[in-house]
Amino acid sequence: MPDPLLSVRDFSVVYDVDPPVAAVKNVTLELQRGEILGLAGESGCGKTTLAYGIQRLLKAPAVITGGSVVFHDGDGGDVDVNSLDAEQMRRFRWDKVSMVFQGAMNALNPVATIGSQLEDVFEVHRPNMSRRQRRDAAAELLEIVKVGAQRARSYPHELSGGMRQRVMIAMALALRPQLMVMDEPTTALDVLVQREILRQISQLREEFGFSVIFITHDLPLLLEISDRIAIMREGEIVELDTAERIWHEPADDYTRTLLSSFPRLTGEKGVVVR
Amino acid sequence: MTAVEPQIPVETGVDAIEAGTTATKVVAGRSRIPWRFLGGRAAFYLFTLWAALTINFFLPRMMKGDAVTQYLARNRNVSPEAADALRALLGLDTDKSLWQQYLDYWGLLLRGDLGVSLLHGLRPVTEVISQALPWTVGLVGLATIVSFAIGTIGGAFIGWRRGSRLDAFIPITTFLSTIPYFWLGLLAIAVFSVNLGWFPIGKAYGVGTVPGWDFEFIGQVIHHGALPLLTIVIASLGGWMLGMRNMMLTVLDEDYITVAQAKGMPNRRVLWGYAARNAVLPQIQSFALSIGFIVGGTIVMEMVFSYPGVGKLLLDATNAKDYALMQGVFLVITLSVLVANILADIAYAFLDPRTRQSGA
Amino acid sequence: MSTLEVRHVSKVYNVRGAGRLTALDDVSFTLNSGQTIGLVGQSGSGKSTIAKILTQLETPTSGEVLLDGAPIPRRGTGLRRYRQQLRMVFQDPFASLNPYHSIRYHLQRPLELDRVVPKGEVDDEVRRLLDRVRLDPDAVIDRRPHELSGGQRQRIAIARALASRPAILVADEPVSMLDVSIRLGVLNLLADLQREEGLGVLYITHDLATARHFSDEIIVLNQGRIVEHGTADDVILRPQDPYTQELRAASPDPERFFASAGAAGAAEGGAR
Repeated sequence: MPDPLLSVRDFSVVYDVDPPVAAVKNVTLELQRGEILGLAGESGCGKTTLAYGIQRLLKAPAVITGGSVVFHDGDGGDVDVNSLDAEQMRRFRWDKVSMVFQGAMNALNPVATIGSQLEDVFEVHRPNMSRRQRRDAAAELLEIVKVGAQRARSYPHELSGGMRQRVMIAMALALRPQLMVMDEPTTALDVLVQREILRQISQLREEFGFSVIFITHDLPLLLEISDRIAIMREGEIVELDTAERIWHEPADDYTRTLLSSFPRLTGEKGVVVR
Repeated sequence: MTAVEPQIPVETGVDAIEAGTTATKVVAGRSRIPWRFLGGRAAFYLFTLWAALTINFFLPRMMKGDAVTQYLARNRNVSPEAADALRALLGLDTDKSLWQQYLDYWGLLLRGDLGVSLLHGLRPVTEVISQALPWTVGLVGLATIVSFAIGTIGGAFIGWRRGSRLDAFIPITTFLSTIPYFWLGLLAIAVFSVNLGWFPIGKAYGVGTVPGWDFEFIGQVIHHGALPLLTIVIASLGGWMLGMRNMMLTVLDEDYITVAQAKGMPNRRVLWGYAARNAVLPQIQSFALSIGFIVGGTIVMEMVFSYPGVGKLLLDATNAKDYALMQGVFLVITLSVLVANILADIAYAFLDPRTRQSGA
Repeated sequence: MSTLEVRHVSKVYNVRGAGRLTALDDVSFTLNSGQTIGLVGQSGSGKSTIAKILTQLETPTSGEVLLDGAPIPRRGTGLRRYRQQLRMVFQDPFASLNPYHSIRYHLQRPLELDRVVPKGEVDDEVRRLLDRVRLDPDAVIDRRPHELSGGQRQRIAIARALASRPAILVADEPVSMLDVSIRLGVLNLLADLQREEGLGVLYITHDLATARHFSDEIIVLNQGRIVEHGTADDVILRPQDPYTQELRAASPDPERFFASAGAAGAAEGGAR
C-alpha cells in the first residue's frame, strides 16, 4: 500500500550561466515512507543538483525553474517545500529532512569540537532543552553510530575519515528526521569501513523508520542496499524500478551500459551483459 | 590517502574497524594547552632576544665619532660615573677588550641602566622613554585595536553579503589608506582644528596643564587624542577590511558552511560562529605583527600632531646624535615586536586547534 | 623480456609526534613482462609507498628492488636508464598533465629526452603514440589538457608513459577518478597494450573486482604486509587469509547478493 513521503513532480533546475545549462529536467518521482531509494548516475547527471534542489540548498547560479516538491509529513499535513519562507525553511531543515554530505573531510567546522557541532543542532531546533540534556543527547548520538561518547571533545582533524563520516550521520540523525539524503557518503572510504557504515544505516533505518535517498555512482553498492533505484542521465531519470528488476531486466540502454561497467567480483569472469 | 595518517589517538582494545583508523601507533593524549609547542617557541624567542640585544651592542660601535667627548666638551657637569657608564654603553672605552665591553653592556642592561640622555639633560634613558611610551602605546595601540575591530567585523559582514552594495566599502577604505598619512593628518587639522575649531591642533594635552589622574586632565587627553586616533584608523581600516573580506569569501566556499546552513542554523550563527571564526585566523597573525610596529612606526603622526611619543623621541635623538637614547629606543622596539609575536603565537594556538599537534 | 624483483622491501617513516610508522614490512614479489599483477589494498596498506619506491621517489629502509637481476642505480645514467624502463601512470588525470603545455609537448618531451627516435621522426612518433591509445591525433595534438575529458587525459598519460618504450608499467589507481562508464574502456586499453607490447603491468587499486578482471595474479596488502598472493581467481574465489575474506565479503557483489537474496527476501540492505 503506497505511503508516499515525498512527491516530486516535474522538477527542473537550470544553471543560469552563459549558455544556460539544464541540470535537472522535469524529474518526477515519489519516495515511499521508510524506503531506501538509490540515485545512480555519473558526474554531471544532475543527481546532486536534484538532491540539493529538493531541500532548497542550491546556490546561485542554480535556479529552480519549475515543478513541485511536496513533503507528506508523518505528523500530519502536506508541506509544499518551495513555498516555505526563509524562517519556515530553516525550521524544516534538519527536522524533517537532513543530509549527509560527500567527503566529510571538510564538512565539519575545523575549529569546533564535534560535540558542540552536534549540540548546536539542538540549541537551534529544540530551544527547550537544557545544556545537560543537549550534552546527553549528543553523547547518545555518538554511541548510536559507534564513535563513542568520549569523542565529544575531539576536533574533526583528530578523527579518521570513517569516524568523521559517522559523526556526519549522527548529526543528520539528531532530530530523528523522516528523510535522510546521503550524497556519496562512503566514496572516499575503505571498503571495510564502507560496509560497516552501510550496515549501520540499514540498522538505523529499521529502528527509526526514516527514508533514505542514497546518491552514488557505485551501482553495485546501490543494488545491494536499495529498495528502488533511479538511474539519472543528463538531468533526466531514464529508469526507476526495484533493485531486483534493474539487475535482472534493465529496460533502458544506459542502464545496461552502467551495469556492464562493473566487472563481476565472483562468478564468471567478465562484465554483466543484459 | 597516503600511508601516513594524521596523528589519531587510538584506544587499544577497540576493534580497528570500529575505531576507523589505520594508524599503527598510539599517540599520547593531548591537553588544551600546547606545552610542547609553546616551549619550542619560547626557546626560539629567547634566542631572538639575545641576538637582537647583541646587535644592539654593536650598532653604536659602528657609528663614527665620539659623541661623549663632544658632549663633555660642551657641558662640564657630568659626573665621572655617568660619563663612564655612557662610554661603556656606547663602547667608547677602548681600553677594555671587546668581550669585556660586551659583559659590561649586559651588566648594565640587567640592572636596567640604559645610560643617560644627552639631549634631555642627562636624565636616565629609561626615565625619558617611560615618559613617552604610554602616549605612543596608548594612542596607537587603541587606534590599532579600533581599526582592527571595525575592519574585521566590517570585512566579515561585507564578505557575507557578497555582491551587495556593501562591496563599495572596500575600494573606499583602501583608497583612504593610500592617501599619504601626513597629508591626511594635515588635512584633518586644517578642517577640524583650524576651520571648525572642534579639536586642538596638537600635543597630548593643553599647554600649562599639569598631568594627573583627574577628570580635567583625562578629558584633555581624549580631546587631544581624538584627531590622531581618527586619522590612524581611517588610514589603516582598508587593509583589515580587505583581508577579512577575502578570507571570508574563501571560507564561505567551504563545505562546512553549506552543512551549517543545511542544519538550519540561523544566518547570524553561521556568519559569526562558523565563517568569521575560521576566517579571522590569519587576521590575528597580521594583528600581532602590526602591534609590534606600534612602537616604532608612528613617527609621522607624532610629527604632524606634535604628539609626545616614542617616534618623536627617536627622531630628535637621531638628529642630536644622542646615541644612548637611540639605543634605548631600539631596545624597546625590539622587545615590543618580540612580545607581540609571542602573544600572537599563543593566541593562534588557542584559536586554531590544528596547530596544537603539529607544533608548527 | 624483463623481470622486476622486489625482495624483502621494508619502509619505515619517522613521523614527528607519532613515533615510527611502518608503511611496508618485508614485501617480496616478482613481475615479468607480459604479466599483470594486481596489487590490492585499502588506504594505509602501503600500496602507494610501493609505487613510490619502484619509481625511485622513495628508497626502501631495507631490502632491494632488482630489474633484470641488477639493483636499481641510485643516480646518474644508470638511474636514467632504469626510469626509461619503468614508467608510471598516476591516479589524477587532472594533476598529472601540465595545464600550460599542449599535448604535443607532453609527448615530445620524453621522446626527446630519452632519444627514443631520431629528431626528424619525433612528430610521427607522437602521432603513433596517440593512435596506440585510440585517440585521433589531429583532434588532440594541439590541445591543452583542460580542453579534454578525464578519460582522454588518462589515455594521454598512458601514451606518455609508453613513449620511452618501457618494459614495466606501474598504474596507480589509473581509473578511480574517471567516470564509471569509461573506466573499463581505459582498463581494456591497458590490457590490450600490455598484450601487444609485452609489458609487465603492476595494477595498484583498492577495487577487488577490476583487479580480478585484469590481473593474472593478485597480491593483497594489509598494513604494509602481503597477506595473500596467488592467481586472480584463487585469491578472489578461494581466499585463504581472513583479511582477504573480509575484503571480499565487504565488496559489493550483486551477482551473489541476488542469488542468495532470492529466498531471504529483497532489501536486506547490506546486512551480511
